[in-house]
Amino acid sequence: MYGTGLAKGLRLTLRHFVESYIDDLRYGFRKYHHSTDNFGIRQGTQTKGVITVQYPDEKVAVPERFRFVPFLIVEDEDHPTRAGKDWCTSCGICAKVCPPQCIWIVRGNDPDTGRPVPEPEGFFIDIDICMNCGYCAEYCPFDAIKMDHDYELASYDRTSHHIHDKEKLSKPNSYWRSIAPTRAYDEMLVRGTWEHKDAAKEARRGSASSRASAPRPAAQQAAPAPVATALAAESESATAPAASAPAEGATPWNEDEAKREERRRKALERKAKRAARGG
Amino acid sequence: MENLAAAEQSVAKLSIEDSIEYLKSNHSQAIKLDDRDGYQGVIVDSDQLLDIARVIRDQLGFDYLSSATAVDYLGEGDHMEMVYHAYRSSGGGALVFKAQTDRDAAEIPSLVSVWRGADFQEREAWDLYGIRFPGHPNLARILMWEGFEGHPMRKDWREAYYEEERKPFDSRWPGGHVHRAEEKNVFGKNVSYPPDIDLNRLMDNSEEAVYSSLGLGVDVERIMDKDGFETNELVVNMGPHHPSTHGVFRMVLTVDGETVTSLEPVMGYLHRNHEKIGERNTYLHNIPFTDRLDYISSMGNNHGYVLAVEQLMSLGRKYNPPTYRCEALRVMMVELSRIVNHLWAIGFWLNDIGAFFTPVLYFIQERERILDFFEAVAGSRMMCNYMRFGGLFGDLPERIKSVSNLTNDRVRDYNTMQFLTEMINERIPRTIDELEILLTQNEILIERSMGVGILSAEDAINFSAAGPLLRGSGVAYDIRRADPYSIYPELDFDVAVEAEGDMYARYRVRVTELRESVRILKQILPRLEATAGESIWADGKPGAYAPRVPHGESYGRVENGKGELGYYIVSAGGRGGSSNPWRYHVRAPSFINLTPLGHMSKGYKVADIVGILGSIDIVLGETDR
Repeated sequence: MYGTGLAKGLRLTLRHFVESYIDDLRYGFRKYHHSTDNFGIRQGTQTKGVITVQYPDEKVAVPERFRFVPFLIVEDEDHPTRAGKDWCTSCGICAKVCPPQCIWIVRGNDPDTGRPVPEPEGFFIDIDICMNCGYCAEYCPFDAIKMDHDYELASYDRTSHHIHDKEKLSKPNSYWRSIAPTRAYDEMLVRGTWEHKDAAKEARRGSASSRASAPRPAAQQAAPAPVATALAAESESATAPAASAPAEGATPWNEDEAKREERRRKALERKAKRAARGG
Repeated sequence: MENLAAAEQSVAKLSIEDSIEYLKSNHSQAIKLDDRDGYQGVIVDSDQLLDIARVIRDQLGFDYLSSATAVDYLGEGDHMEMVYHAYRSSGGGALVFKAQTDRDAAEIPSLVSVWRGADFQEREAWDLYGIRFPGHPNLARILMWEGFEGHPMRKDWREAYYEEERKPFDSRWPGGHVHRAEEKNVFGKNVSYPPDIDLNRLMDNSEEAVYSSLGLGVDVERIMDKDGFETNELVVNMGPHHPSTHGVFRMVLTVDGETVTSLEPVMGYLHRNHEKIGERNTYLHNIPFTDRLDYISSMGNNHGYVLAVEQLMSLGRKYNPPTYRCEALRVMMVELSRIVNHLWAIGFWLNDIGAFFTPVLYFIQERERILDFFEAVAGSRMMCNYMRFGGLFGDLPERIKSVSNLTNDRVRDYNTMQFLTEMINERIPRTIDELEILLTQNEILIERSMGVGILSAEDAINFSAAGPLLRGSGVAYDIRRADPYSIYPELDFDVAVEAEGDMYARYRVRVTELRESVRILKQILPRLEATAGESIWADGKPGAYAPRVPHGESYGRVENGKGELGYYIVSAGGRGGSSNPWRYHVRAPSFINLTPLGHMSKGYKVADIVGILGSIDIVLGETDR
């Protein structure tokens, strides 16, 4: 009969309409209540009726593999030997695999030997260009760069806020372990330790040979001078970074040589400080 | 006479090798084998290209021209080359033939008179490479605008913001000379205009200037002339900003009353020269860029590209094909995205013909579940970036689990296999049933779509139509069966085909394909369980980030939701191979499926045009590239 197809379709829409209320009844009109834990059911495979998420009053927590804008892992402040130390060794692989080429790394060099040190002096990511592909995290051999879960990055000024410098990028290791526990565990299994690869290597070396045959005595001889300046600078730099940070991060792309030099010096001081603390 | 016919019949069934042999023996003066390292097919003398093309189509039976594209061999022989991939609509591999020409004053005869599907592709080659095609009915720019200086895909053409020939760029490391690209670009200095260009012309908004260059085949001036306005013919501009064009797409129609007399699609508003970017990129860099082509089914885009590169890598010494589990996962992801694609296509096609948003939202609910799954496995809902050369980004996670991080975050936690099983066995079939209840016998839908936008089988093949558009015209051509890849040969499914060739037939094809995809997914589930624990990488560890790809060419194609998606890749590496492609071409189904749009629309009403466009199912990210 003409019109039956139409009527069948309309019956289906009516059923959808009614089902949304049946679901409301099932959850006692508390389907959208903050405190109920039926979110997983509402978003699950068995749900019927309305599935709307009331953003921003409620947000879907993103799965572990979710990727949005990279961050750098630094060691937690309460770590016994490497507190605050970057996991990044500035090997540059992330900059090479980055498809839109939004990562800039300034490799640090030892001022005395001129050899590269395993810690970046500067690290910039232009998040306007970043396409969230996750290659940097995937191909990092040191698990030092990871994709973040925080997708709420709106800001008032795109020119100054959207180039993330090292300070803005750095997040503690414990943060990564909290947002992606399973993945952090899997990475630990591959690395063989919860520690950074280098730390584990050093520990192994330390236990295998006696402390007397410490590596590279030349470097140790060179150490005292920077340590002294670092100690002198410590008192002022303790309060300084907070104030100088915004100015430094404001326009890193047209930063002059003097600023660059200063940034370099600060990084080396931090390094020397840690060396002093560690020794 | 009968003998002759029988002989022709047997010629039309020759294998690819024998076909090439046949061409060589019968047309030896025009044909030479392409013996470059890693290349295939024949090089045809461009003076005789038209004749040879007719032989290939009519005698050898390669009636379906899949792809026609240009390559610039600057510094590698200094010539331009057109590469054609012709297939038989009955299935089988490609007959690849090429024509070469000088870089300056490049000219190759047009094949539009043989395959009308070459129309837009030759225009693209003219636009991006500057090859002229004598005999082409309307050789105008197609992706760039008229008045654009130069041909951007030429190897010596440099774009604004140009940094270096190849990524990775040197400024990134170890110096880290950070800059914003727009800070560097002083507007105007990076843009060059041809010396004789009159910039005022670009501001010319008069009707004649806008429409006369489009090749509509009507005397625009006569229709537009206010004094002589006597007929009821009219030029109507639709788009680029029109809600039913699915993006920034423009159609210019001439109508006689309400009846369309001609239609010309205008595109390029979303053009970003994906292929130029792709040639600066390394092979690995390109995978996330393919996501952005047809952003509804990024898994399928990944698949086509990795197949093309794997095909090239297999020419080298060190290459491990993907494991069985990897193939099963790939097929599962691709079929899920086909479901997403078809739900989306049907939903928005309904929007176009007037069923506003009720059906599409029912389908999107289901799509959300699938995207949740993609997000948990690949890390992103739409820009999946999931496949790698010889493997995948990662295996399935044990649980689809989230951790609360932001304020008001609501946590979900499901077992992955259980989620997948429920989705495939219950939810998706239920949604398809609902879709059919809602639509298949709906009288309004039938009235609107039956007998509208007809494309005959011969035309569909000749216009190089692909996907549901081709199968809706009665041509049972599905690459998963016609030229199989991955593990499709061992999977049990049918090719959806409808004979009518109208909008309703295309809808029916999509519904059948949805059901067939579910059928495939149901076969994938036990395969995943059987291979649980197996590595997705042949040698147990992820592939290198800068694989060296040996010298040669490859054409990888997959049956994507929208039709045949092909990648033509040329690697010009030396002995060690290269890490950047020399040529990276995307045979975009959304682009080529628009070729018959004008033909299909002739004689229908203006209101049907949006429906016909919707039934082709295009995505502008892929059309314009």
